[in-house]
Amino acid sequence: MLQCTLRQYNGASRLAARWFGTEACDIKRFCIVGAGPAGFYTADRLLKRFLEGSTVDLIDALPSPFGLVRSGVAPDHPDTKNVIHQFSHLAGASPHLRFFGNLRLGREVQLDELRRQYHAVVLAYGAESDRSLGIPGEAAPGVYSAREFVWWYNGHPSQAGLPIDLRSVQSVAVVGLGNVALDCARVLLQPPERLASTDIAEHALRTLRRSAVTDVHVIGRRGPVQASFTPKELRELLSMPGIGVQIHGGALDTLTPACRAEMEASRIKRRVMEVLTKAEAAQRKGPRTLHLHFLSSPASVETREEGGLAAGIKLEKQRLEASPSGAARSVPTGESVLLPANLVLKSIGYRSIPVPGLPFDAERGVVPNRMGQVLESVAADAPAVPGLFVVGWLSRGPSGIIGTNLADAEQTVEGMVRAQADWPTPERRAGLERALAPESIAVPWAGWARIDAAEVAAGEAVGKPREKMTSVERMLACAVAGAASAPGSP
Amino acid sequence: MASLSACRKLLPALLASCRTGPFAATVRHSERSCADAVASTLTPPGSLALRPFSSSRPRCSDDKVSVTFADEKDGSEVTIQAPLGKSLMEIAHDNDVDLECACEGSLACSTCHVIVESQEQFDSLPEATDDENDMLDLAFGLTETSRLGCQIITTPELDGLRVRIPSSTRNFAVDGYVPKPH
Repeated sequence: MLQCTLRQYNGASRLAARWFGTEACDIKRFCIVGAGPAGFYTADRLLKRFLEGSTVDLIDALPSPFGLVRSGVAPDHPDTKNVIHQFSHLAGASPHLRFFGNLRLGREVQLDELRRQYHAVVLAYGAESDRSLGIPGEAAPGVYSAREFVWWYNGHPSQAGLPIDLRSVQSVAVVGLGNVALDCARVLLQPPERLASTDIAEHALRTLRRSAVTDVHVIGRRGPVQASFTPKELRELLSMPGIGVQIHGGALDTLTPACRAEMEASRIKRRVMEVLTKAEAAQRKGPRTLHLHFLSSPASVETREEGGLAAGIKLEKQRLEASPSGAARSVPTGESVLLPANLVLKSIGYRSIPVPGLPFDAERGVVPNRMGQVLESVAADAPAVPGLFVVGWLSRGPSGIIGTNLADAEQTVEGMVRAQADWPTPERRAGLERALAPESIAVPWAGWARIDAAEVAAGEAVGKPREKMTSVERMLACAVAGAASAPGSP
Repeated sequence: MASLSACRKLLPALLASCRTGPFAATVRHSERSCADAVASTLTPPGSLALRPFSSSRPRCSDDKVSVTFADEKDGSEVTIQAPLGKSLMEIAHDNDVDLECACEGSLACSTCHVIVESQEQFDSLPEATDDENDMLDLAFGLTETSRLGCQIITTPELDGLRVRIPSSTRNFAVDGYVPKPH
């Protein structure tokens, strides 16, 4: 199957001539694991740096590329996804870049095998897991991570079956004060018809149309100044037509001198406070309400006697004090309150997943590295692992926007070039297929183009930019068949 | 189009700006040919021209402005004669200047971040909107004279504009990267 797909790849014969000819020794072979923004920007910079003298294989665990641009950015933020155009142009037009989807590190390909085929391997696979709250009831039905919920409404195949049923949910608790928490709140509070013309997954639209949700509570243990959401996203949510806004606990009035100093130093934080202060003064009312609870730390999830479903979240009230480093730290006041909630979403940060053979910093949840060069351990003087690099969230933690990966990619490529003398030499006749498990089905760019076309065609039929395929099986069938799948249920 | 009398009022100011400040270095041609070129295009057809239109195109010509991109990555500079009413993002794109524009000018990213080299030129730009500032605040290497390239639109007053495209690579000896929110 793999040989078949490689032959189908446009330009494979050209590359084969190059690999087996005498020029093969001079061509630098790179593999990038993860075709999200970090992977694509790295591919772009590598190709620019080495021009004719390199080939880049860009692989992804899913048949579809683009990582969180496809599965993380909210459906009602289509402009944020425009970067897909330039990535597509790069992948489609460059003879030196090959994309292969449906190849997961640790499943279809192992790291040590992969490294034998390339001069350098760059891991750009991001963060596919979550930080946990570490509280009782966290594993109860009805408690999910924001990542799972976002992947669910964005049609990520792994969450298509997430059992979200909003017919019996009136109150939702979202723990975390970041933009992902705001995305979750906005999708839950928005009149579903406004989402009907976006690329939101069909199963999510259906569920939201039957939603009984009236209140969404966004909860954080520190104050508004320490929140990590940003003004644009906050303003968008707080000024959404048809929703009421309540800010609980007088958090806007109890700023400490340290908070004021933090605000002075940051325009982003000043503007966040402006947006919050205006919203508090406006006292908007509506059929659905957004509640903001600052200085509230989740202590436990309470569940129903029957069935164990989440029924509420116990919040311990906090106040702020300065930690030794000067950063604001929350400490309990002794007061607590039980907030009813039938759905609890944890939005306190993503976390990367280690793979066998890869050094990992379990505390920070990243791969130990120095400017993108992987190190053997977290020890201060740990030596470099030759020819192995990281970029994006896997290297610096799960923060930043799409554009943050640009700087990251440039730095990692710079580091790669400086370490060029230490790159291992790949085996003779090296090739990606030599590292793959026998039953692997790789989806080349042309295969993704078929999936893409089918999604767009299916979307047109229902007034959406695309109707995403939500199962890997369906995507593979479409990619390999050579003909667009008929629109319909997965 | 402004009335002829209004244009005549603008002319001294335009000349003054050509003579002094950041624009002085970029005005290669004589004041007179510059003024005459502008005046002759403002002069209604049929009326007496002040002087025949100069054969070599003056720098502050009515329909092109000079924009210089300095790329911090490799120190290279390119000066482009850009049409009016175009954004720096479009101009860069049309002239193969390496300026990223992930969201394609929809104020949903900060990758077209540029640094205006002179405070005076920065101050002469129309103020950034809240929407632009919201995205700019997330840009890598933000400075006091930073703007988004997709929001700077060429006007005759911007002739001689110099911007720097910031490098994303930090000094390798420096540690301590501060993460941005998402």
